[in-house]
Amino acid sequence: MTQVNRLDGGLIDRDTPLDFTFDGRRYGGFAGDTLASALLANGVRLVGRSFKYHRPRGIISAGSEEPNALVELREGARREPNSRATMTELHDGLVARSQNRFPSLGFDLMAVNDRFSAFLGAGFYYKTFMWPKAFWERVYEPLIRQAAGLGALSGDPDPDVYDRGFRHCDLLVIGAGPAGLMAALTAGRAGAEVILVDEDFRAGGRLTMERETVAGINGADWAAEAAAELVSMPNVRVMPRSTAIGVFDHGIYSVLERVADHLPVPREGTPRQILWRVYAKRAILAAGATERLIAFDNNDRPGIMQASAVRGYVNRWAAAPAERIAIFTNNDDGHRTAADLAAAGVEIAAIIDSRPDAPASDVAELFAGAVVSNSSGRRGVGHVTLRLADGGRKHVSCGALAVSGGWNPNVHLTCHHRGRPQWQENIAAFVPGDGVPPGLAVAGAARGIFSTAGALADGRDQALAQLAELGIKVTSATVPEADDTPVKITPLWHVGGTGRAWLDQQNDVTVKDVGLAHQENFRAVEHLKRYTTLGMAGDQGRTSNVLGLAVMAELTGKTIADTGTTIYRPPYTPTPIAAFAGRSVGRNFRPTRLPPSHHWAAEQGAVFVEAGSWMRAQWFPREGEVHWRESVDREVLATRRSVGVCDVSTLGKIDIQGNDAGAFLDLVYSNRFSTLPVGRTRYGLMLREDGMVMDDGTTARLGETHYLMTTTTANAVGVYRHLEFVRQCLRPDMDVQLISATDSWAQFAVAGPNARRVLQAVVDSQHDISNEAFPFMACRAISVCGGVPARLFRISFSGELAYEIAVPARYGDAMIRALMAAGEPHDITPYGTEALGVMRIEKGHVTGNELNGTITAHNLGMAKMVSTKKDSIGAVLAGREALVAEDGLCLVGLQAIDGDHVTAGAHMFAESTPVDAAHDEGYVTSAAWSPHIGASIGLGFIVRGANRHGETVRLMNPLEGRSARARICSPHFIDPEGERLRG
Amino acid sequence: MLLITCPYCGPRDESEFSCGGEAHIARPLAESSLTDAEFADYLFLRDNPKGLFLERWRHAAGCRRWFNMARDTVTHEIVEIYPMGSGPASKAGKAAHAASWRRDTAAEAASKPAHKSRAKKDKVS
Repeated sequence: MTQVNRLDGGLIDRDTPLDFTFDGRRYGGFAGDTLASALLANGVRLVGRSFKYHRPRGIISAGSEEPNALVELREGARREPNSRATMTELHDGLVARSQNRFPSLGFDLMAVNDRFSAFLGAGFYYKTFMWPKAFWERVYEPLIRQAAGLGALSGDPDPDVYDRGFRHCDLLVIGAGPAGLMAALTAGRAGAEVILVDEDFRAGGRLTMERETVAGINGADWAAEAAAELVSMPNVRVMPRSTAIGVFDHGIYSVLERVADHLPVPREGTPRQILWRVYAKRAILAAGATERLIAFDNNDRPGIMQASAVRGYVNRWAAAPAERIAIFTNNDDGHRTAADLAAAGVEIAAIIDSRPDAPASDVAELFAGAVVSNSSGRRGVGHVTLRLADGGRKHVSCGALAVSGGWNPNVHLTCHHRGRPQWQENIAAFVPGDGVPPGLAVAGAARGIFSTAGALADGRDQALAQLAELGIKVTSATVPEADDTPVKITPLWHVGGTGRAWLDQQNDVTVKDVGLAHQENFRAVEHLKRYTTLGMAGDQGRTSNVLGLAVMAELTGKTIADTGTTIYRPPYTPTPIAAFAGRSVGRNFRPTRLPPSHHWAAEQGAVFVEAGSWMRAQWFPREGEVHWRESVDREVLATRRSVGVCDVSTLGKIDIQGNDAGAFLDLVYSNRFSTLPVGRTRYGLMLREDGMVMDDGTTARLGETHYLMTTTTANAVGVYRHLEFVRQCLRPDMDVQLISATDSWAQFAVAGPNARRVLQAVVDSQHDISNEAFPFMACRAISVCGGVPARLFRISFSGELAYEIAVPARYGDAMIRALMAAGEPHDITPYGTEALGVMRIEKGHVTGNELNGTITAHNLGMAKMVSTKKDSIGAVLAGREALVAEDGLCLVGLQAIDGDHVTAGAHMFAESTPVDAAHDEGYVTSAAWSPHIGASIGLGFIVRGANRHGETVRLMNPLEGRSARARICSPHFIDPEGERLRG
Repeated sequence: MLLITCPYCGPRDESEFSCGGEAHIARPLAESSLTDAEFADYLFLRDNPKGLFLERWRHAAGCRRWFNMARDTVTHEIVEIYPMGSGPASKAGKAAHAASWRRDTAAEAASKPAHKSRAKKDKVS
């Protein structure tokens, strides 16, 4: 295929031709092309459809500000919508498609929207989709969802890897144009650690797109030499394809590096993109400037472009946007475009300069004091209509119109700490104002210094100032000679007309929409933005904001300076969510913790459940068991009949040592621990300072100054954090040290009438663990299996004769296998968290379900555990009147009657009261099928519960549309006297 | 995103830390008999100033030590970082500490042993 608009010259590699497809058609390009430049070289002007009106749209810019040329790239899982063609480096075999059109780009059915534009003005959705209410979810939302957005995601998981990285430097230079290169050279030559980032793949910024001389050579060549010198310096890191997207506090910058976006697929072992966090002592923003357009009727036709982009395509990519190009300008820059087009041999249809005093042109016919008032052409501009200085009209035929409305400095990053840009009259643009982030200086065009010589000098000067603050000495810093043309501009924002003149092309916001916002009193800039969506597109208003503000300023009669501007937020350019996620995706989203017996449990075919970050065995199905209840019932009954074993390593374990360890525990627990004898364990209740129960668990005294606390699995982290707060912030005077030992010990509960017999087979014989020598609540350091250090605790969660045996975590796998072998004669049964839960409900032990943050010791029937003889956290507020009232909630057991089921979350009502909030008496916290009782049972809180055993209540669960009847009983369904666990 | 200099580990990223809110809130001693409202000053009421704020921070994903930080809530400027159990040393930090309404509360008075606070009072009068 011939590249009809390809010129001679340019910075492309003609020895490396590339093939690509757009909407299924094959085209050719060269290495060094972007998708945009290649499409233009092939004579493709129409590349997309607009968001709302589905108007035909083409390429406007040559940079990251592109609002129109958004395409879908690649195929399959790598399909990526809304990619800017101007930022897409061409690679061989690239597949690109246009978006937001059906059935084809040339003929789009939704273009009918354009005919109804009168009904689709700014804020139409605020007024249109209001009534009837029944339509909100069923009609309007699906309709809006269908119409909204441009491209679509593939729906498949992204196959590529994204990464995060960290870098440090003395000076971060953002932008590798003349100012940035000069700043980096100055700092690099002085020996500073420098990072230079630029979003382009080629250094030079505008120098790559101009016909200019720097230091006597072509500007692009000078930039290439400067970049090569910087790359050669060991103290300088040059990062192409990298965009600084945000400025955070204390010199922290976010930089997105597109490592492999220019390749068909990333190289083996490399990520596609890296989100860098750069810690910079100082930074210089040299982000350049963006040329703005001028609004006139139908100014959105494909072929109507920034003049600087037209010049850039011709000079850098040797791609003429059309064979015959007209130029519309309000400043001298348009004439520069004319000169470059003429030099490249492109035919210039006319120069339309809105200034009556426009400088003469020797390259084309000049219409001074004239404006372009309209355009025409199907799927692209064919003619423009001129309104001449004398009021006459003239048609000019052209395939493209280069528009120059003046330049806006790229101040965006200076706003990231709420800095407000300020208006500078002589260049008719906003420049950085107050509130620029500390440590960030602005250089060159980004602060309104538009000439190349000025930018070079400013880059050096800003670098010198930053180096001086860092105390880095500079011996010499010369600036090469370069072009130094003053800019003369007479602002022209929009050409009045009767049709629609576009401001924000991506969001389809027109001059009329701003008028509507003004008419409806959305006049403040921030209101204007939200009402019309002006500047809310992917370019954050880079091509539109100032135009919109100028129109609003005209309508309100204020100056632009008084109208002000909205500010910009990170990210500077659209950034994939995947880059923020980095490697934290799928199973790497957060760590998974495996208990020490995990691999053994997996061998047994256990079913696992996520418990916080832990994977715990939920039950161990046996052959023939088809329903989980069969497995769980069997595990419960086998444990109660003979013996069961369960991995309880996930419970929090906190090692507490020091002379004040006992006093410390007295403070954090509501009951007393300083009196606990060595070798004994005690149940402890921990309150928050507001008197509510925080956690419970057992704490063992292993030595005079050594305790070991256990917490619930769910609160292990929270309790440890709380204890550290108490130790460091409330009682730094106490001699006490804490360390989390949760992961250090593998701990197994061995429960059931045969528990002791099993343990006697693994505990070394010198340790007497008979009932007399090792009674209920005893604890001791022992050894097992011939000398492996271990700790034995005689504590019971199930209500059976039970022990917990702990060994160093590395012996955990061996320990469970040893216990299973030792228990074989007794038919030992491993049980999971479900059976654990059933047995603790049968025994009436509370856990996270009951300790829900609104429950007091009084509610649990444990009021006596809150000692009034000592200070403890929560003791004061636990005594509040309402919390100790006699008619408060009280923990009870519930047993379903008539074959009903207790469900957790159900609320309790007396037999004959109305079911409403006023008659709500309490709620169910835990429920289970008890194979021991042979009924559905539960635990819950009900008012005056202690005195209501035997009463029947209704359990109402309107959320699930269920109700049941249950009898209130003691929460201890099994062995209320505690004979089993003492046996 | 802040860059915080942990007094024990050096400069580290904010993501390693967790903020514990207002600093210098002393816990009333058990022997004091405060009203519920006075106790609430200690437990529930927290300042939320625009400007310099004395806060407690914890190097959660590091040494796990708590420390105090004087931070401007508008600019995020960190004026000083000082250990738990000590007061601010900077002029601005001292002023913020002295200006807090908390200095005059019964809860704070009740955090010091009775004889000590009486002795102090005597000195003043």
